[in-house]
Amino acid sequence: MAESVQKLVTGNRLRDGVPVYFAGGGKWSPVVNGALLVDPAAAEDLLVEAQKGEKPLPAVGVELIEAVREGSRVVPVTLREKIRAFGPTVSFGVVLHG
Amino acid sequence: MYRYDEFDRRFLDERVAQFRGQVARRLAGQLSEDEFRPLRLMNGLYLQLHAYMLRVSIPYGTLSSNQLRGLAHVARRYDKDYGHFTTRQNIQYNWIKLEETPDILADLAKVEMHGIQTSGNSFRNITTDPFAGVTAEEIEDPRPWCEIIRQWSILHPEFSFLPRKFKIAVSAATEHDRAAVKMHDLGLYIRRNAEGEVGFQVLIGGGLGRTPYLGLVLREFLPKPDLLAYLEAALRVYNQYGRRDNIFKARVKILVHSLGIEKMREEVEAEFAAMAKDKLELPEAVVAAIRAQFSPPPYADAAADDAILQRLTAAEPAFARWVKYNTHAHRRPGHAIVCISLKPPGKPPGDCNAAQMELIADLAEELSHAEIRVTHEQNLVLPHVRKAVLYDLWRRLAAAGLASANIGLASDIIACPGLDYCGLATARSIPIAQVLGERLAAREETIGKLAIKISGCINACGHHHVGHIGILGLDKNGEEFYQLTIGGSDDEHAAIGSITGPAVAAKDVPEAVDKLIDTYIGLRQKGERFPETYRRVGMSPFKEALYAAR
Repeated sequence: MAESVQKLVTGNRLRDGVPVYFAGGGKWSPVVNGALLVDPAAAEDLLVEAQKGEKPLPAVGVELIEAVREGSRVVPVTLREKIRAFGPTVSFGVVLHG
Repeated sequence: MYRYDEFDRRFLDERVAQFRGQVARRLAGQLSEDEFRPLRLMNGLYLQLHAYMLRVSIPYGTLSSNQLRGLAHVARRYDKDYGHFTTRQNIQYNWIKLEETPDILADLAKVEMHGIQTSGNSFRNITTDPFAGVTAEEIEDPRPWCEIIRQWSILHPEFSFLPRKFKIAVSAATEHDRAAVKMHDLGLYIRRNAEGEVGFQVLIGGGLGRTPYLGLVLREFLPKPDLLAYLEAALRVYNQYGRRDNIFKARVKILVHSLGIEKMREEVEAEFAAMAKDKLELPEAVVAAIRAQFSPPPYADAAADDAILQRLTAAEPAFARWVKYNTHAHRRPGHAIVCISLKPPGKPPGDCNAAQMELIADLAEELSHAEIRVTHEQNLVLPHVRKAVLYDLWRRLAAAGLASANIGLASDIIACPGLDYCGLATARSIPIAQVLGERLAAREETIGKLAIKISGCINACGHHHVGHIGILGLDKNGEEFYQLTIGGSDDEHAAIGSITGPAVAAKDVPEAVDKLIDTYIGLRQKGERFPETYRRVGMSPFKEALYAAR
């Protein structure tokens, strides 16, 4: 069962553009389950913390998004962020047209 | 085809080296994202939902076999084994790593390709009729003029920071417009005047997006030598008066429609009259030298091929259907223009994997004088195929999933990447195209020619405004909804579609499209296509069918 809406910090990894999630302690995770979730009241502080450290930051386009815990999973609220986290909803690549 | 000279090659190599340095400085933290972003965009590198996206320019949609192999190499080596052909006759890759981009651009430069001016507020890829040079319908091959405009517009120092992007299309076909010319910031139709001279009809102010407009005639007839001077005059007026304070009002279409075409014409003509034209006048020798690069290939005598093709189509109905929909009349006897559909029903429109690109490159080399075209409908074209080899070509395409016989039919759907990839999108496009393609394929021959176009946001990369049926994805309180338009057209009868009414939920789109099609079939007169029926009967019966029972 989904819990209340929380916030996490996400961006795209500078070197390859992969979506990454701020895990706290200066670390970023390429999986949304690795994200540090906080209550909305603490979100701005988390955003500031995520942008501290040596330049360049490992992530670009850093922003806060909403997410919920569903059991052991972290699930973004919006469809856009679900697609960023879990990939396109359509087939691609070698499976095309075969 | 136009081939790079030593100057072109050196320029591109220097540009790659320059970008390699910029990327290195960005990764080392010496450039901020704000500083780096315009530099990467100038090379066609965007940041999207899952990765960087690289858009590679395909000038006027013409590729050599070697270039297509180069694109396949990029797909396989640097992406997830595929690319997406776009509605501007370009290709884009969705899974690019910034750190590999300099190597990608170096590899592209080896096949005379790049991503310059596929983004930013500058001239974008010059587009044209994918049948240019091979259709008997045209006055002359428009591609030399596209190439002349390309050379003039690439890194033009005065126009590198326009108010907004600027798209030019050229067509020389007199009966059919396959280049959507009226939907461009500036459109050129090659035409003959009353004296029989060949020149250009110039249109300005077309465009889709948030505020769709069809282009208006700026100059009824422009002599060929004046082309660049007149374009320069038009761009100067836009550069001076175009709005830079509001991105939504910055395109030339807004300027043209706020000033009025008469005032716009007055301004452009005044600038044209005042400018020193001698530097921009096109000497015939220069035009002839570029035209020579587009000389027809050495066609074989294929007069007997028609009889061979007739026999083969009679024997094989599936092949006959493919010939009917996917081949077009060629100016040379015994030859055909072949369209390769990248729209197998149920698959993402415009996507092509590396193996398929390599196969098409090989087939083009063997059967089409090593030339391929890209269409703005996101399909590919082999422009010079002998009719006697069509059967062999069809079988080899079919083995690779590339023989869908649906060009111009309901499953030949244009769709942008949408929310599955694009950072600007508000809803998904591809899944809607997949469902519709599969659903409509079974009855598309009954339906006849039908253009369904889907955009995942108001920016309209999927050209929904000019679809016979247009579908625009919207975000409505976190849910995907789709606004339907009907009656649009991007051809010689260009029209902006009209909104049917309230948007429908994603799950209801297939049924809604069915209702629109059923209404059309019920009302159409012999030979009428969807937009013609719509213009005759109006919106009411379609609206009734869509919303009455809700």
